[in-house]
Amino acid sequence: MTELSADEVGILALSLRVAIVSVVCSLPFAILVAYGLARASFPGKTLVDAFVHLPLVLPPVVVGFALLVLFGKRGPVGGFLDEWFGIVFAFRWTGAALASALMGFPLMVRAIRLSIEAVDRRLETAARTLGGSRLWVFTTITLPLALPGIVTGTLLSFARGLGEFGATITFVSNIPGETQTLPLAIYTFTQVPGGDPQALRLSIIAVLLSLVALAASEWLTRRSAHRQGHDRR
Amino acid sequence: MIDVDIEQRLGDFHLDVSFAAEAPIVGLFGRSGSGKTSIVNAIAGIATPERGRILINDAVLFDAERRIDVPPQSRRVGYVFQDGLLFPHMDVHANLTYGQRLRDARDRLIDETRVVELLGLGGLLQRKPRTLSGGEKQRVAIGRALLAQPRILLMDEPLAALDSARKSEILDYIERLRDELAIPIVYVSHSVAEMTRLADAVVVLSEGKCLAVGAVDEVIGRLASEPEPDRDDAGSVLDTHVTAHDTAEDLTTLAFDGGELLVPRLDAAIGDRVRATVRARDVSLALARPADVSILNILAATVVSIEELPGALVVVRLAVGGSTVVARITARSSRQLGIRAGLELHAMIKAVSFDRRSVGYA
Repeated sequence: MTELSADEVGILALSLRVAIVSVVCSLPFAILVAYGLARASFPGKTLVDAFVHLPLVLPPVVVGFALLVLFGKRGPVGGFLDEWFGIVFAFRWTGAALASALMGFPLMVRAIRLSIEAVDRRLETAARTLGGSRLWVFTTITLPLALPGIVTGTLLSFARGLGEFGATITFVSNIPGETQTLPLAIYTFTQVPGGDPQALRLSIIAVLLSLVALAASEWLTRRSAHRQGHDRR
Repeated sequence: MIDVDIEQRLGDFHLDVSFAAEAPIVGLFGRSGSGKTSIVNAIAGIATPERGRILINDAVLFDAERRIDVPPQSRRVGYVFQDGLLFPHMDVHANLTYGQRLRDARDRLIDETRVVELLGLGGLLQRKPRTLSGGEKQRVAIGRALLAQPRILLMDEPLAALDSARKSEILDYIERLRDELAIPIVYVSHSVAEMTRLADAVVVLSEGKCLAVGAVDEVIGRLASEPEPDRDDAGSVLDTHVTAHDTAEDLTTLAFDGGELLVPRLDAAIGDRVRATVRARDVSLALARPADVSILNILAATVVSIEELPGALVVVRLAVGGSTVVARITARSSRQLGIRAGLELHAMIKAVSFDRRSVGYA
């Protein structure tokens, strides 16, 4: 009863792979966008801000459908990537990762942006007068001081990725072993007569996974906040 | 040599200053909102003026016409901020060497062990900034700026956040820097006491304009006639040297061009040059040399000029030997004594009116 079946292990491993890849690949972009929104002023900033937040307010199915149109085999972006780089998203686990990344992106950007805004700009100025270029100051001062927000954003996006359903099923369908992540598998079992016990087992796994992610987030945030000495002014 | 001629608008505030000064320590003096920090920011390259130019020791840092605007990281200007601004995620050692590591090895003239010793930072190197006291933070901030190998040090009210004991501690350190490292310093403050103790040349600022530039004794002497709160600390600055210590009575004798002064015992060697500030309100006048008074310093003086101030006060400028002493007295006393230019009289200064803040090493 407590042993996981091979299928369950497969589902869990796929879900983790999708969530981890989505987070790792979207983090650099999220930091870049968050820094731009926090520090730069440029025309159309409000528009960029709204666009980044779109997945948060749109029905996930709409996001999945947009991905299907753009990143499908014959979509403008998908076709280009396939032809030039051999990267295929449609009906692959990579597509599930892309959907997760997009859905978690606003959460990630938001947390990182807030923590970058909380970094005293005059510390960056001080570092510039000491001889640091913009990029050097960003990597040695801004990023380390924004670390708690980066950790929070990453874990929020990771948890959101583990739970991603609507965009994933619309974009890459529900293919066991390829795109069938934890939520999709649970959904599948609930649609099969007598599948409820299986659905329950997977749901318990999902709950445990979320708890671990939350605890890890809490621990990491505390640790990084401690390392930089609480009073961040 | 610093040469600044800039114009900049910041909202309602209009900065338009032009001055050149060559001195070990140049003071920028004025109350808050007078444009001191704007000037320092422009020198550091943090703010960009609309017009003008900035030269430090003949190096052009900014020239609007020639479209030169050296980025802050390449200006080699050490900036010590009011509140230190230490990097909270690094320990003291990492803070100190942040700028040093970014300079070419051949540009490293100021050595880390020297700075650590000079500023007394030896015991602090492994500590995090949040565990430091205000004075310690400021010392680390000064050390950090020095190790970035600057050609000039900018200090923007570095004592503002400190209590008076810490203030005099940091003042001692700044004097050591000036004497041992020979690095020019631009010192920003609204305190007459700090200006007279540290600065050699002073630029007086008000509402974004430069009111006066000159040697500290001239400029601060002129402030005594300003109808402003600052005048309470204003006075004259005497260039003196230590001639004797009276250990029994804890007094030090200072000689200057015009006579001798007795002041409370100073921690200085015989022969040391010392700058003594005589506040105008601490000087009283007598026509005949008074006997039986408690006042220890009685100097023969000649009235040079008299100036009336609002509030029934007058400022009397006196020649004492080759030095100038300024007295502020009531209009009534002036009338009763019949004070006029050319009159010979005696200026009296209580020894206890000198304190650690008004007497410093020159």
